[in-house]
Amino acid sequence: MRTPFRWLRRNLVVIAGLLTLAYLLLPNVVVTVFSFNKPKGRFNYSWQEFSTEAWQDPCGVADMCGSLSLSLRIAFWATLGATVLGTMIAFALVRYRFRARGAVNALIFLPMAMPEVVMAASLLTLFLNMGAQLGFWTVLIAHIMFCLSFVVTAVKARVMSMDPRLEQAAQDLYAGPVQTFLRVTLPIAAPGIAAGALLAFALSFDDFIITNFNAGSTVTFPMFVWGSAQRGTPVQINVIGTAMFLVAVVLVLAGMLVGRRRNRKST
Amino acid sequence: MTDTSGDVRLTGISKRYGSFTAVHPLDLTVPQGSFYALLGASGCGKTTTLRMIAGLEEPSTGTVCLGEQDVTALPPYKRPVNTVFQSYALFPHLDIFENVAFGLRRRGIKSVKKQVGEMLDLVQLGEQARKKPHQLSGGQQQRVAVARALINHPKVLLLDEPLGALDLKLRRQMQLELKRIQTEVGITFVHVTHDQEEAMTMADTVAVMNGGRVEQQGAPAELYENPRTTFVANFLGTSNFIAAEVHSVSGDDVVLTAGDGKLVLPRNRCAAATGPGGKVLAGVRPEKISLAHADDAGTVPDGRNRLTGRIAAASFLGVSTQYVIDSPVCAAFEVYAQNVERDPRLTPGAEVVLHWNPAHTFGLDAGQDVEAGIEKVEEDA
Amino acid sequence: MTAPVQAPAPTDGAPPPAGPRRRGRLVPYWLLLPGLLWLLVFFALPLVYQASTSVQTGSLEEGYEVTWHVATYGEALGDYWPQFLRSVLYAGAATAGCLLLGYPLAYLIAFRAGRWRNLILVLVIAPFFTSFLIRTLAWKTILADGGPVVGALNALHVLDVTNWLGATDGDRVLATPLAVVCGLTYNFLPFMVLPLYTSLERIDPRLHEAAGDLYARPSTTFRKVTFPLSMPGVVSGTLLTFIPAAGDYVNADLLGSTDTRMVGNVIQTQFLRILDYPTAAALSFLLMAAILLMVTFYIRKAGTEDLV
Repeated sequence: MRTPFRWLRRNLVVIAGLLTLAYLLLPNVVVTVFSFNKPKGRFNYSWQEFSTEAWQDPCGVADMCGSLSLSLRIAFWATLGATVLGTMIAFALVRYRFRARGAVNALIFLPMAMPEVVMAASLLTLFLNMGAQLGFWTVLIAHIMFCLSFVVTAVKARVMSMDPRLEQAAQDLYAGPVQTFLRVTLPIAAPGIAAGALLAFALSFDDFIITNFNAGSTVTFPMFVWGSAQRGTPVQINVIGTAMFLVAVVLVLAGMLVGRRRNRKST
Repeated sequence: MTDTSGDVRLTGISKRYGSFTAVHPLDLTVPQGSFYALLGASGCGKTTTLRMIAGLEEPSTGTVCLGEQDVTALPPYKRPVNTVFQSYALFPHLDIFENVAFGLRRRGIKSVKKQVGEMLDLVQLGEQARKKPHQLSGGQQQRVAVARALINHPKVLLLDEPLGALDLKLRRQMQLELKRIQTEVGITFVHVTHDQEEAMTMADTVAVMNGGRVEQQGAPAELYENPRTTFVANFLGTSNFIAAEVHSVSGDDVVLTAGDGKLVLPRNRCAAATGPGGKVLAGVRPEKISLAHADDAGTVPDGRNRLTGRIAAASFLGVSTQYVIDSPVCAAFEVYAQNVERDPRLTPGAEVVLHWNPAHTFGLDAGQDVEAGIEKVEEDA
Repeated sequence: MTAPVQAPAPTDGAPPPAGPRRRGRLVPYWLLLPGLLWLLVFFALPLVYQASTSVQTGSLEEGYEVTWHVATYGEALGDYWPQFLRSVLYAGAATAGCLLLGYPLAYLIAFRAGRWRNLILVLVIAPFFTSFLIRTLAWKTILADGGPVVGALNALHVLDVTNWLGATDGDRVLATPLAVVCGLTYNFLPFMVLPLYTSLERIDPRLHEAAGDLYARPSTTFRKVTFPLSMPGVVSGTLLTFIPAAGDYVNADLLGSTDTRMVGNVIQTQFLRILDYPTAAALSFLLMAAILLMVTFYIRKAGTEDLV
């Protein structure tokens, strides 16, 4: 009699954890299922009948794929900008001593501790005051701004765990400053930089609040989804959502498999 | 013998960090082809000195010369010097082959394969060329670090605690190995360590550093037998000190009074002033002392320094027995006796006579801390 | 450019002025300059502009002028205190929910997942790759009136309790505070799980054995060993959840009703629809001040400084 009860007690945390995981994944399941729906009316909220129409014509909705490509373009440039600027800051913070370190750290930390809507609203006041034309450039500026701190944090963590003696060893072995950076520092810091860049891409691509304030009449993909929530949700947005989810999972799993095989080969 | 291109000459070299002085102005010459050890506790300035030779630390004053060449202003990558770093600093993203080839490639040498192969064979790692550093054991990593530095044929090889991360047995083995390599390649080695045994087994010359200064340098045996400061006397092995006063000087000997007894020591082994009434610390190593039971006091030959005391503790170590003896002139006097013919009466509580050859006594200035150089916490074996 | 090897060094005892190294002292400033300038101009300066806007008066047609009209703050608070209060309550509830749901998951990944660890981590992060707006819209389907979830909650009499608490309304979940909190919890859950996992993963499992060996029951081990050691994760997790949740307006808009509007919704409408810039700026400034105050207080209390 006591055994099932004890089993339950011992595995309570596992059950609770898996339930949370289910809670996290449930919306993705719904998004996937409803990408095969054929809704009556403008909204895709209740199940009607199975159909693959949306998958066969993913760009069949006016302006959607345009907004998607705009989001990808903005994410690309924002990632590039934030990664370069953020990596430079991270190296300066870890590797050098300079004045006003505390102030610099605060300036990096604050954007992460600030509600998006505050940054969005204040940036809009700046642009309005300067008379800037809202659009691609203002969105890009905003995205680089809020991605920067996250890149700094990711790269900093990696550079901090790096043994400074590695660079000294390179110098000792006849590598000048440039060679040392290219042959030793950069390859070892690369995982941190890649993690920062990936984070920046995800943040930029999915950003809605700051973009919504500063985009003017430009429409990114999240803004398109927002607009469709008011006017009517096409099945195609579920198709895009599902496709992105699948691509991401497959890429990550493939990466893990390659990594595992490489490890096995070299041991 | 006239080749001095591998000499390391430090002239008035010092290093300050703000108000803290890590190395006080220091003059030091390491002759070409010698194995030179900088020995001291952590924070004594030995690593800073090494890093100034490597060019990884800018000296606050003074110059560094290699042979006739002043390299003070040269960055590390332009100095004909290589370093084996503490915990090795092997590049984790490169395999063993590329780690060893790194220096050659940076100097623009194209065909590295043969040289690297030979070097890996020298350190017996030919099979491991395509492995990454983290896949090797500590001892193997250490050998890669040595190979990576030696392949460049530096004028001087600098070793920064290269054996610190290894266990005792492996460390012994690598000490012999490094000594062998040094004899084979004939390059000047400058070796930094906190392990006195390591310094004494490997080096031709040992410099003992303390508080940013070189306390004394010389051949290991010379340092051990004739220390000039209490720090050196305690840091290298164990010493007993007796507070004494100069009674008189007769010929080559100094006669001291300690308590109600007399001690004699050779004048040339006395580092203190020898005017009558001067204070002197008379030192003697524990293994130089013989023990006799108080009942046999008559059998102690004349002409030997002698003290009386009572055995406080005895620990049997197999080869020898260590005694701690309470004496009126010195508490906790240590004596190591070989277990050749053991006297069963020598147990704690027994009254004994300690006696030794006066030639084994050394005299130090009494103004020093008797405890200097005794490691308060044993770091490792 | 550097002189060849045999350059004579000064011998007067002065520190040798090695060319490249002397120049090296400016390197950190050059590295910092572009990024910091970006943050100063596009993050710090806008906050100043916003502060100045909040004390301006005027109208869109005639233009605005700084008149130090501090009364805007009082009026904004007087008009919109319910939305403010809701923001704090909803964000607080969502943070608590995230902690309760996220801790078992993080614990599972750190100690019980074995070879499934990486897969579960991927599954926690993967939803990020679907736009959060699409995922939030999915909750409209999940919580739909008369749907299986609402039916189950009804059958279990959960809705009776939440109705009594004022979190739901009759047979509906959608367009109630519960739906908004549920959406907020869902959206920010990974921000709780990941820092928790990071700090749990650092705990040596032998500590659990040691605690057991020293007569601690599993529950005591958790209270006295595991949880205290995971505090850094708890602190950063709650901050990463609470801050964005308090400023969010997407969940309140998509899953709530006019009765669940949060301060973010007000700022958004004031700024983008009504174009009452001073009021919007004042509200935004108040939100920022409130959050910074709470965060500072909380970090002091929780005693973790190593967040950055």
